[in-house]
Amino acid sequence: MKSNDPAPGPEILADFTAALATGAIRIIDLTQTLGPDFPSIVMPPEIGQSRAFRMEEISRYDERGGAWYWNNLSFGEHTGTHFDAPIHWVSGRDLPNSSTDTIPVADFIAPAVVIDCSKESAQDADFLLTPDFIKAWEAVHGKIPPRCWVLMRTDWSKKSDPAAYQNFDETGQHTPGPDPDAVRFLLNERDVLGFGTETIGTDAGQAAHFLPPYPCHYYMHGAGRYGLQCLTNLDLLPPTGASLIAPPLKIQQGSGSPLRVLALVPSNPAGAPRP
Amino acid sequence: MMSETIKRPKRKNPILKTRAPTLPPDRRSRIALGLVRGAALGNLELQCCAACAAVQYPPREACVRCLSAELEWTVMSGRGELVSETTLHHSQELFFRERMPWRLGLVRLAEGVSLVVHLDARCGPAPSPVIVEAVLDRAGQAALVAKPDGGNTALADEPKLRNFTSDPRFRKVLVTDAKSPVGQAVVKAVLEAGADLVWAGHCEPWKNPPGWPAIAELPKVTLVPLDVTDTKSVNELAAELGFKVDIVINTSEHHRTFGIFGRAGVETARAEMETNCFGLLRLAQAFGPVMQSRGADGETSAVAWVNLLSIYALSNFPQHATYSASMAAALSVAQALRAEMRTAGIRVVNIFPGPIDDEWNQLLLPPKLAPSAVARAIVGALKGSVEDVYPGDIAQDWLARFRDNPKALERELGR
Repeated sequence: MKSNDPAPGPEILADFTAALATGAIRIIDLTQTLGPDFPSIVMPPEIGQSRAFRMEEISRYDERGGAWYWNNLSFGEHTGTHFDAPIHWVSGRDLPNSSTDTIPVADFIAPAVVIDCSKESAQDADFLLTPDFIKAWEAVHGKIPPRCWVLMRTDWSKKSDPAAYQNFDETGQHTPGPDPDAVRFLLNERDVLGFGTETIGTDAGQAAHFLPPYPCHYYMHGAGRYGLQCLTNLDLLPPTGASLIAPPLKIQQGSGSPLRVLALVPSNPAGAPRP
Repeated sequence: MMSETIKRPKRKNPILKTRAPTLPPDRRSRIALGLVRGAALGNLELQCCAACAAVQYPPREACVRCLSAELEWTVMSGRGELVSETTLHHSQELFFRERMPWRLGLVRLAEGVSLVVHLDARCGPAPSPVIVEAVLDRAGQAALVAKPDGGNTALADEPKLRNFTSDPRFRKVLVTDAKSPVGQAVVKAVLEAGADLVWAGHCEPWKNPPGWPAIAELPKVTLVPLDVTDTKSVNELAAELGFKVDIVINTSEHHRTFGIFGRAGVETARAEMETNCFGLLRLAQAFGPVMQSRGADGETSAVAWVNLLSIYALSNFPQHATYSASMAAALSVAQALRAEMRTAGIRVVNIFPGPIDDEWNQLLLPPKLAPSAVARAIVGALKGSVEDVYPGDIAQDWLARFRDNPKALERELGR
């Protein structure tokens, strides 16, 4: 497609699928396997709890059902790799089109930038992404475009030991995330679509003690924007140039949903001239 | 101090067939089942005539002296004299044929009634003073045992009568939740009681409560991942080591403290039900059949299954309404499991503690049971021969009130 075409014809999708077929566009799965062993969110035990993923067999080619295998599932909306809708947070409760069934579907396919914080997170589990860090990233990779996912790469998804992944001590969880200024900057200065992380929340492990508490949830959802968490394979994405396909289940009045997150990545992200 | 009378059994000879469990005679009349009510708790109860005060044995429909039908099951002193003894060398019952010779005695109880008893080898020749206890045999039926009056009389230390117990000595024990305060205490207690090893079940490995690291480092303790709310987890563990487990102690418990109106919705109640009731059901389905197959697997056969229930299983404590409901459901599952496991001679023991001294009972006044007291009650039940244990003053009080008038207890708990 030429960039000055006012109304592209049917070839636009043919070009797209051809690019997928030839590998010019690669698909990278950013999703953790949804199963009972993947860590679930920890809340103080006296308050309401999100159910961990559980799977019970209905039948498996047996007396419970002749020739078929299937399961019943149960889990909280915020389980495994999942999407946070604005209605999830009190700050987003009165926004229009803020639940999984009413969010405009156009928001489910969007470009993404990846900010690599893996070195810093390896050194400091409580690493916080700041506006300065983002600006330094922009100095190399360019300004974050509007309506774009910002994904915080920490390589946290590589921690296969669930205790290390959760990383609790007696003062709570210690996992990286954005500081309140970074969230305000991304929203007010960059108009981002949402924020994505490899950890169990979009906020840092210690974010209950921030002002406001859980700033990424508070500001993002208050602005009608989204969250993605428990992502994986962010190390396979280019800093810019990827697009995400991230539609949550169409749950009535849903506050979020486990989902399959796919990234489309050009095989030649640097944009070098084709032969 | 542990007795040296019971030696560590040799390892199993794997070329020999594992024996199938046999049971002692299991047929009882309705009246005779009156004995099991006391025996389940460790009490020797016999019929006492309300009209003429005669004590009688065996149980009958009417008083043998005055024909009155007003017979009350009454706790006996147990003190008596061994009048005569004999040794059985032949029986038509498979169970006893496998255990010959078997010593029997006739005891004259202080209350004036004569009893035929299983006789402890440590009893001197007749006449000699003895203590008679009602115990449960491998079929779960009441049996009478006479032990010497004084000295070490632990059933588990007598080679034949040991059969009436579920002694943890030399056995391999699975504690389903070893992380909780009670679970930690149970691990320590069964090791002190001589268990060969403990598999310490633990879930949510990112949670590291006080005391847990020390448990994990105890010798003879092996940590195993086990989440009773997760069928996959339960089935995987059973597949790995179910065929080696001799005793299951199910300490998994989910306790929240809400009345019907205290917490909106059913999620908290469901979580309680998921652990307390369905957790037991999952464990039963995964571990029960393979344990049944080992009901006669030598001296260290599969022998017992313990459930940590609650006194609230008997009657709902409305301040902890949904927890009570889940424990009532768990009790019902445990009764069914008991019926299934009884066919293999495996005893299901239910523990009904009153409030345990943990965070969830913070707002209840003492008396509260220390986790170590719950553990002692569990080990005591295994070393002895009971199937229902009500440890502590609160549980004993509730049990007495429940037996006297369940409707009154319902009203009292609802105040």
